[in-house]
Formats: sequence, C-alpha cells, structure tokens
Amino acid sequence: MTEKKEYKVIGTRPIRHDGVDKVTGRALYGADFQMTGLLHGRVLRSPHAHARIVSIDTSRAEAYPGVKGVATAQDLPDAEDRIADLGEGAVNLKYLCDNILASDKVLYKGHAVAAVAATSPHIAEEACTLIDVEYEVLPPVLEVRQAMEADAPLLHETLKTTSMGETADEPSNVASHIQHQLGDPEKGFAEADIVVERDFVTGTVHQGYIEPHNATAHFNQDGQLTIWCSTQGAFTVREQVAEILQYPISKIKVVPMEIGGGFGGKISVYIKPVAALLAKKTGKPVKVLMNRADVFEGTGPTPASYVRVKMGATKEGKITAAEAYLAFEAGAYPGAPVGPGAMCIFAPYNIENVIIDGYDVVVNKPKTAPYRAPGAPNAAFGSESVVDEIAEKLGIDPLEIRLRNGAKEGDRRADGPVHPRIGCIETVETAKAHPHYTAPNGQKHHGRGVASGYWFNIGLESSVTINVNADGTINLIEGSTDIGGTRSSIAMQAAEVLGIPAESVNPSVVDTNSVGYTAVTGGSRTTYATGYAAYEAAQDVKRKMIARAAKLWEVDEDNVQFADGEFSCINGKEEQISFRDLCGRLGQTGGPVVGSGTVNPGGAGGAYATHIVDVAVDEETGKVEILRYTAVQDAGRAIHPSYVEGQIQGGAVQGIGWALNEEYIYNDEGTMTNASFLDYRMPTCLDLPMIDAVIVEVPNPGHPYGVRGVGEVPIVPPMAAIANAIYDAIGIRMTELPMSPDRLLKAMGKI
Amino acid sequence: MQDFSYVNAQTLSEAVALLDENGEKARILAGGTDLIVNVREARRDVDLMIDVKSIPEVNVLDYDANTGLTLGAAVECYKIYAVDAICDAYPGLIDATKIIGGTAIQGRAGVGGNLCNASPAADCIPPLIVLNATCVIAGPNGERELPVEQFCTAPGQTALEKGEMLVSLKIPAPASNSSSFYLRFIPRNEMDIAVVGAGASVTLDDAKQTIVSARIALAAVAPTPLFAQDASASLVGREVSEAAIDDAAEAAQAIARPISDMRGTAEQRTHLVGVLTRRALNGAIQRIRD
Repeated sequence: MTEKKEYKVIGTRPIRHDGVDKVTGRALYGADFQMTGLLHGRVLRSPHAHARIVSIDTSRAEAYPGVKGVATAQDLPDAEDRIADLGEGAVNLKYLCDNILASDKVLYKGHAVAAVAATSPHIAEEACTLIDVEYEVLPPVLEVRQAMEADAPLLHETLKTTSMGETADEPSNVASHIQHQLGDPEKGFAEADIVVERDFVTGTVHQGYIEPHNATAHFNQDGQLTIWCSTQGAFTVREQVAEILQYPISKIKVVPMEIGGGFGGKISVYIKPVAALLAKKTGKPVKVLMNRADVFEGTGPTPASYVRVKMGATKEGKITAAEAYLAFEAGAYPGAPVGPGAMCIFAPYNIENVIIDGYDVVVNKPKTAPYRAPGAPNAAFGSESVVDEIAEKLGIDPLEIRLRNGAKEGDRRADGPVHPRIGCIETVETAKAHPHYTAPNGQKHHGRGVASGYWFNIGLESSVTINVNADGTINLIEGSTDIGGTRSSIAMQAAEVLGIPAESVNPSVVDTNSVGYTAVTGGSRTTYATGYAAYEAAQDVKRKMIARAAKLWEVDEDNVQFADGEFSCINGKEEQISFRDLCGRLGQTGGPVVGSGTVNPGGAGGAYATHIVDVAVDEETGKVEILRYTAVQDAGRAIHPSYVEGQIQGGAVQGIGWALNEEYIYNDEGTMTNASFLDYRMPTCLDLPMIDAVIVEVPNPGHPYGVRGVGEVPIVPPMAAIANAIYDAIGIRMTELPMSPDRLLKAMGKI
Repeated sequence: MQDFSYVNAQTLSEAVALLDENGEKARILAGGTDLIVNVREARRDVDLMIDVKSIPEVNVLDYDANTGLTLGAAVECYKIYAVDAICDAYPGLIDATKIIGGTAIQGRAGVGGNLCNASPAADCIPPLIVLNATCVIAGPNGERELPVEQFCTAPGQTALEKGEMLVSLKIPAPASNSSSFYLRFIPRNEMDIAVVGAGASVTLDDAKQTIVSARIALAAVAPTPLFAQDASASLVGREVSEAAIDDAAEAAQAIARPISDMRGTAEQRTHLVGVLTRRALNGAIQRIRD
C-alpha cells in the first residue's frame, strides 16, 4: 500500500452539515412543500400488464366538483421515435414520453394513463375512478427467457434487435445483444482441469428508498416553469422535462428538495412532467405525490435476470477461461443495465480468455431504473458462486483462489479497459487476515461464505462555486444532491485546501439557475467528481487570496506562500496573515473573492470489495439468519470515514435483502401482489447483525486526494457470499434469488 | 378516500342501535389499526365509524385466579401484557400480543379488534381458541355467547349478525400443570404477517409426564383460523414423547387447506404446520416443566 499523506481535515469525522436539520425534523422534503393556491395531482394507472388503449374518456372526471384539469398523453408533444441525447446516452423520446403517460399501449400494471389536478388529494383520487379507459387486454410476458422466445407476445411492434452494429429484420422483445471477447476462450477451457457451469436466476428488486417520489410544478405568467422535487439530479430533471414537454431549458428551473433516499431510482422522471402538464393546464401550482404502491408499480426497479456462467481452472487454481451469458429484463422499454453487468462480471480476476454475451430484453414490468451498481450484482451472483465452487472442488481456500487470480494494475478487463492502480488484491488480503475469517466456523447448519465485487465508478461533470466570507468561513455552492453525507465529504476537500476546519464551510445544494451544470448523484461519483470540483474551486480561492496577500504586502505573488491556513512572505518581508484574518480585509484589497471549479474527470478509479458472512440455516423452516458480516472495501481515500462506513453497511444490507427475501411477486395476469413494505420484505434492524465495515485505502491516482467512489460496490458481493455460506452450512448450491425460506425448503427436499 | 361520519358512542345500547340502523357501512372503531388503513386504501367503504372506546364494558380488564379473565373488546395489547398475573396465566396469549405490530401499534391495537378483523392469519385467534375463550356479543336482542372458534366464518367475515358487536372475551382460569404457547413463522424477524401460526395449550398430570388435555389451533392455513380438534384429541392420555407430538403435528397438517400467495406457498404452509405444531406443543410443555 502507498504511503499515507498527512491531512488535517480529510480522514476526520466532523458532524455532517445537514445533520441537525435532519434529526430535528426541520429539513424540507418535497412532500413538505406548500404554496398558496396549490392543487393536488393524482395519476390513474393501468390495471393491466399489457393492453391496447382503445379510448380514454375524461369527461366525467372533468365534471367532478373540485377538479381543475385532466391530462393524458394527448397533451404531450408528438414524439414519434425521436432520439434525445440526455447526457447519459441517447434515449428514444417516444419511449420516454410513453412511460410518463401511455399513448397507444400500456405495458405494465401501474403504467400511468391519465392524471387529474383537483383542490384536494381525495378529490383527485376520486376523480381518477371517473376516467373511463377502454382497454383491449393482451397477453403479458413477464420473464426474460419467455420474452426471448420467437412466439412471445411482442411489446413493441417496431423494436428490432441490434447486435454489434447490425439490426434484425423481424421485431423482437430483444432490444440489443452485446458481446465482449478476450483471448481464445475455447483454448482456455481446453487448458482447464476443471470446468464448472451453472445457471442463475435473480428476481426483480426495488431500491426501496423511504421517501416516495414527489413533484410540485408551477408556471409563472411569463412562462417560467419551476419544479420542486426529490431527485438525484436537478439538471437531469431539467433535461428530461425539457425533452418530454419540448420546452426550452432556459425556461425551466428545478429546485432539489432534500431527498429521502434514491439509490439510482430517482434519476428517471415519472410525475415531474405530469405535474408540469397539470400546472400548465390549470394555471396553478400542482403537487403530485406517489404512495408506496405507486412507487413499486410505477417506478423502475432493477432487473430480474437469467445468468449462465462457465469457468475453467487448472489444478493449481489458475482460472484459464470464463464465459457468461447475461439476459436482463429491461421492463417495458429498452435499457437494462446489461452493459455494466458485462463490464463487472469477471473484473476481480485476471483471466486471459473470456467471452461475455449480454441481452437487453423488454417484458411487461415497469421500465427498470438504476439501482446501486446496476447490473453488477446480478452478474456477480453467478460468477462469484462459480468461483466458490471451483475453489471448493479443488480444495483451495476461496480467498486464496481470489489472490492467485486477482486483478492488478495493467491487467485488462474483458470489455477492453486496462486497470489503473486498483485495490482488488488488498481487499482480499485484508479479508483473509480479518479475525472474522480466522474465527472458528464449525457449528451444525452454520456456514461461512465469501465473495468479491467490482464497480467501475464514473466521473462526469460537476461545478462548485466558493464565496469567501469576511469571518473566515466559506459558502460552498454545489449542484449534487446529498444522499449519503456528500455535503460534508465535498466541504472537507475544500477545507483541506484552505487549511480551515470543516465547520467553516457552509455547503448548499442549490437549484439549476444557481450553480454550473452538475450531473446526477450516481455512479458513486459525487465525493469523487464534485469533491474534485470543490478542490479546484478552493485552489482558485487560494490563488486569489495569495494575490490579495501580495497586494497587502506590496510584493510579487511568487513571494507569498500558503501553508496550514497561514499566508506568509518568503522573500524579504517578515509578513504573516491567517486565512481568516485575510478574509476580513478583502474589501480593502479589491473586493469579494469568489472561486470556481468545474470538472469532467476521466480517472474515476474502480472500486473493489470482498465480503465475509456467517449464516445459520433453520433446516426445518428454511429460514436463513445472518450471524456475522464483514465488508472490506477499497475507498481510495476515505474523506469522512463514518460516511464511507455508512455506504458500505447500507450496500451490504440491501444486498442481504436482495439475497434472502426481496422480490416482485407477480400473478399470472402480471399484477404485483406484494406492492407494500409489508410484503416486499426488506431487512429490518432485527434481521441484521452489526455490519463490520473495513476500509482499505489504495489511493486513486485520478483524484488529488485519491478518492474512489464507495456507494455502489458494497451491494455487489452479498448475494454470492450468502449463497456460498448457505452451501457451507447445508451442502446445497442455491442458484435462484431470493433464497427465501420456501426455496430453501424445496432445495432441501422438504417440500 | 371518501368522507365518513364519526360517533363517539357512550353506551353499548347506543352503539348497537347505530349499528342496527346503519347496517354494513357502519363499522366499530377501537384501535383502528386495521380499519383506518383499509378505509384509506379504499379496501373498505365506510359511511359511519362508531368509536367504542368510551364504553365501559369494552374496556374491562379483570383477572381472577378462580374465575379467569374478562377481556374487554377494546383493551389494547400493551395493557394486557402489563399485568403479571395475566402473563403467568395465559403465556400463549401474551406471545401473540407482543408480536402484533411494533410497540406503537400495540399501544392502539387490541385482541378484540384482531378477532373482529377476522383475518385468517390473525395472531391472537389461535391462542384464544386454545385457551377456550368465549365471545360475549351484544345485539338488538340482548347478549349472547359464542365459542371463539365459531366466531370467524370467512376472511374478514364473522358470526356477528346485523346490529351485533363484540363486547368482551371470557377465558377460563388455567388448570394446574397447564400452559400455552403461540408462535408464527415469518421470513423476517419482524414486520410480517404470519405465513403460518400455531398455538397450543397443554395440561399435564401431577408427574408432568402424561398429557391430560391439549388444544391446538392454526392460523393462515384456511379461510379462518382453525381449531385442530383431532390433533388435540390425539394427545389426551399419552405420555409426553416425540412420537405423541409428531402424531399430533401430522393430524394438524391433515386439516390445513392453505393457499399459495405472496406470503408463502401451499406446500410450504402445510410443511410449516407440522414444524410449528411441534414447536408450540414443546413450548407449552417446557413452560409447565420450568
């Protein structure tokens, strides 16, 4: 590991800047928003998973007392197959619009069909029942392999498979096929002494953020549209609403309220354009809130998938070849994260011969949305289970086999990129030496499992402005939604540059009119990229303050140095002034100092994690108890270790839920039968041990302080780690998620 | 959600008269932890809510070691488990009151409401059945009594006639060398509704070796909670043994007719009836011997 630098602020644990407001209930969330004359909107949703809309008659709803406006897809601008570039890649505008309000077909139960604005939420809800929609019900297809069959019901008559640049002639539910190849897989398997191949199935799971989606929209008389909402990215809301409504971005202001969790699920827009449509129709501000069932049925979960993994190894445990087949459910419209799944699946290993095929397949479920390392957990469940099986069959310790094959700087990932300095090996070594791994594990029906995971992390654009205050503090203006303590982790990077305490930085997350473009809080990018922008803005402040000191002392700027929060003159004069005191003299040295930083950095630096879990299996009921959990992760540099630990714990817990109980349960008609937190079973604190988070620091060369994104990779290893622990406990390989009690009973032959 | 009227009834006769007048669309409000949620979620259409919490008879909580327990229909769970003598006498009922919702819900919800909601998965009903509880019902024609196992008739449906309401539950004093136990299976450790629930009460002889009498009841494996009559009878006169308990568990499985839904599959439920019946019986026996 590289030598640790000495920092004053970085690596400490100050109280988060938004903490007091949140724990005292003062923080303002979207649902808290109030305004004079506010109307309440409600969305009517499809009762069918697949149907053609024959007609929509809104007249009875419009006549209902208290109703001020009704909107349908007819109110959206025509969007025939236009492609919109929304920063994160091209998006088919018709798909985007149809997911907001269905025009010709409904493609999942819960698909938005119409919306009502009324003087109270109850009236809006009642009025929705008065909208007459005639449907021609079509057979739904709810599972990826069935959807890929030639005679499957088609969701989109115009969708044709694209495969490596070629487009098929016939329509299909397979939107695209991707392939990555490295070396000669056939030769690699021929060299293997042992080959393991298994099929895996994972369920549809939701991010489960606690705060439902919300949006309030208002048009001023001059056509200026303002949207107050919960989002992971105010600028992406502005872009999506502009495209959907065909309205200029210069006339849209998005105000991000506090966010009650997102995990990727609050990047896509759902009710924000609807609130805007209703506001336009009624001339009043309109607030639309989802309830929990709306969230489950009407917003994007992460895909269910079918994964097949084949790996070969020599007797000595060298992995010679790997093959993966990934079929992911996109939901109603194309866009499953099969690409990221393919990028991550074998990334913890240096394997010379690899072939990966990925399929993006539409089915009659909500269009999937990002969820923490989207695609990687589905893929890693397969690969990390197979690695475990190879290790077991060869009689090699499962962490030892990871060390023997571990990816290092200079190794090539199957999809192309060469690894820069990474901490894969270091997480495995740390796990292997951890007291958890060396503790006895002998009790009957108890088992221990391990798994590793990778997420590439992203950079993208961020902007930060710093305004220097006369009292030596700074106001830091940023555009990144703070989901996991990033106000603090960003502020601390500016504080480090300027030699001031974290408490002397006042960070604000502001609206789209008040800060430079900033991409979404996603891809584990915020502490990395917006932190980088804060570093640059603070450097800008530092340069300007040096100029002020030089002016004050009448020396050249080259003669002023800055260290530990003190400016001093290094040539001739014996002058010294603190950052704080110089802040008080800005007026007399030229006026206010404002620093800015904008970045679009390329060196995000991938993150690795290795998890250890102990389980107890109740052989009579099939219930799995998590006894002990240790999550080791390379954070590059942990700016605020408490929030790094928080991210690691949160990711591990969401992975535990995914592994054991979480799934969308559908009936034959395509209705989700468990659209509530009662029956969609996320783990509670009573289902979990303390998650022991262990931070490894292998600094990222692509960031001034070595930061790597930390938010996503911790959800990648848990499913396979738990499956491997269950195998250790009862000798059965579980290959379907969730590994719920009934599935365990079946696997054990009890039912 | 549609508007509804609310009346805070002061006497049984007032509540009964309102129920009689308003029929199906009038509902009794006690804890409200099911009713209000159902109304808000549009699962139940209610024109009139009759709050009974001011009526003395439904708030009675009276235990006597000789005559047993009178439990008013609106008494909240937390009040029941706060009384040590009741905890000692009816541990199976206490098992249920402590797992209905969390602490906050237990401050509002009661055993009577849990019974009247008539969910097949209700946690309180199997313990009431195994404890031989009797329902005291008030109606336009006066009071009547009904064994608790006859109270639920279908999911959400009860034996209450038009104008009738549950006033209280009467549970006989426990015999010596007896105890009770209730448990449910849920995939998590909290926040779930029973996939299967099983209650048992057992009375042993003075040597604590032979079963004098036993009652077993099941939840979430039929349209109503079930009294497992044959399974219970099979234990009478038998020595406490694995074989006796296995036989009873098998007999209990024989009457289960579960469905598959989002909470569990039919096969899983039938299997769990066996597991939970064994655990409930062993739990009750262990309590007698401790």
